[in-house]
Amino acid sequence: MNAQLARWQPILRTAARHRLFWPAALLAVLLSGNILFTPHFAEIEVRDGHLYGTIVDIFRFGAPLIMVAIGMTLVIATRGIDLSVGAVVAICGALACLWVSKQPDQNSVGGVLVAVALALALALALGLWNGILVAGIGIQPIIATLILMVGGRGLAQLITDGQIITINSEPYELIGSGYLFTLPFNVLVAAAFAVATVALLRGTALGMLIESVGGNAEASRLAGIMSRRLTLMVYMFCALCAGVAGLMASSNVHAADGNNAGLFIELDAILAVVIGGTSLAGGRFSIGGTILGALLIQTLTTTIYTVGVPPETALLWKALVVTIVCLIQSPAFRARIAGVRRRPPPSAAPVEEQPKVGVPA
Amino acid sequence: MTTIEAVRARLGASSQRYIPVLATLIVLVIMYGYGASQYEAFTVDAQVILNVFIDNAFLMVVAVGMTFVILTGGIDLSVGAVVALSTMLSAVMLQDLHWPAYVTVPAVLAVGSTLGFAMGAVIHYFDIQPFIVTLAGLFFARGLCYAISTDAIPITDPFWVWMGQTQLRVGTMHVSPSEIICLVLVLVAAFVLAYTRLGRNTYAIGGNQQSALLMGLPVARTRITVYTISGFCSALGGLLFSFYLPSGDSLHGIGMELDAIAAVVIGGTLLTGGSGYVLGTVLGVLVLGLIQTLIRFDGTLSSWWTRMVIAILLFAFIVLQRVIVWMRR
Repeated sequence: MNAQLARWQPILRTAARHRLFWPAALLAVLLSGNILFTPHFAEIEVRDGHLYGTIVDIFRFGAPLIMVAIGMTLVIATRGIDLSVGAVVAICGALACLWVSKQPDQNSVGGVLVAVALALALALALGLWNGILVAGIGIQPIIATLILMVGGRGLAQLITDGQIITINSEPYELIGSGYLFTLPFNVLVAAAFAVATVALLRGTALGMLIESVGGNAEASRLAGIMSRRLTLMVYMFCALCAGVAGLMASSNVHAADGNNAGLFIELDAILAVVIGGTSLAGGRFSIGGTILGALLIQTLTTTIYTVGVPPETALLWKALVVTIVCLIQSPAFRARIAGVRRRPPPSAAPVEEQPKVGVPA
Repeated sequence: MTTIEAVRARLGASSQRYIPVLATLIVLVIMYGYGASQYEAFTVDAQVILNVFIDNAFLMVVAVGMTFVILTGGIDLSVGAVVALSTMLSAVMLQDLHWPAYVTVPAVLAVGSTLGFAMGAVIHYFDIQPFIVTLAGLFFARGLCYAISTDAIPITDPFWVWMGQTQLRVGTMHVSPSEIICLVLVLVAAFVLAYTRLGRNTYAIGGNQQSALLMGLPVARTRITVYTISGFCSALGGLLFSFYLPSGDSLHGIGMELDAIAAVVIGGTLLTGGSGYVLGTVLGVLVLGLIQTLIRFDGTLSSWWTRMVIAILLFAFIVLQRVIVWMRR
């Protein structure tokens, strides 16, 4: 008995030290709680050649959040933050829907493709704006992107002329609520984006360069890294991700709503990134962790609906999860807990890496 | 010779400190001038200007609290949610629990301050970014609102009605009690920042927290106090809001944190902390209020233009801040 425990202990300890251990554990607890208490939760069936089930729904509704969170991860890795993603979601959805609604035949594939291309080009332009403010003029990211966050919804309203544009276009609906090879199309898109991003960042030195910019922009510039251009690119990528999420969101509801599309998605995305173990102080990131974080948030939302707790209290539970995850990840909190438990002599206390202080952005 | 140079350097440094506030004042004057040239009411009826104060008293109170936080280099995203929570708590305490007003007001203020205190303590002792902690605070306070009630609760308490409807005559114009509360708070805040130890510590921490700590300043106490002040101001802002619109509603104050931050920035407070004035924030709130008034007077512009103009002003002032920082180097 004791021997077995001793054998497992180091493995458990290594696992518990992994930065994704606690989010993964929380997700496992949530899922197993759901499977135990909600009938048919784990069931997945194929109906009309489409995959159905609550777990599939978690992925399907979580796809826009995953998209936004992937972009946000890279921005946060450069020690920045992008508050404008929600506004970009609204603007891109508005432009795409406007273009599709102006087509004589809304079902024409060509018209939809042009709409998608236009929306994504606009997203890149918005990302370029953010990037210029941050990398070119040198404004703190939190404030630079605040400008677009405040003004962006006005821009979306301007595009839709204050109306909610509803559309009825089959090719466009594929993006948000369609299926391809029995799998939800938007999940496929998000998965493809995630795989491509990881391959590009970890297969080449790009990921490490981004991390070095986040660690110390000036030092990496002196080391010969074009940190400004990298920062610019990262903001454009983030806006592109948000643009795709905007297409998904507007296609899912067949409408562009300048006020409510992507509302609070920036907060959820930042949460997903933080839960996924990416440091808000920049310098390291984990796309896998971010996707885990986004799924955790979406599972939490779904759980709240299935358990029958009033959905309006979702924010309360989110606050609870954020607080718990942030506290567990905080070195200061861990040191305090460990100090209370073990009370090591002060001289033996390990020298913590000096944490960065102040606003992360 | 040296004294003259010293004086000149001093003057130069101090005038540079006032540039952002002066710029805000100039924008305000230009906007008023434009309004006066277009609409007769601006010159004939000073009440138009006073109404900008009255309509934005709650925002001003919230923005003053935000100024303290931003001066230390932090940020408080929870203010809008705390405003909503305060209106909700007032409504429940008055209407459902039938507490008298003199119990409700301190109770609401205490809840707001406690929330701020808790966030400040977590930020300081567990070393988590203010951004994330106050984001959790935002979720918590809004969630609590929804947990209390998803519907709006009207407030019919006589004290609330009196506070909302009384108009104190000043010459030919009138002001509301909320406005007087707001002005008193602004004066107290300006005094605290300029002349008390707490105020100097606030500036010192924003300038450089490490140096402040090494100088032996009470960093922990000051940081926590600053977030408590912001929580208190948000709760007071919530009370003023519920005087203005006598109801408790979870949807009150959505996006108010952005307005407050925008007012502070337009008012010339550096977001990195350490430099800024309460007076600037007051001017910033007036600029935001005047934009709304002008757009309302115009009548043809849609309300979303308000946000666009605020964004443009925000951009202009942030670039101005950068230019000033460059010039100092």
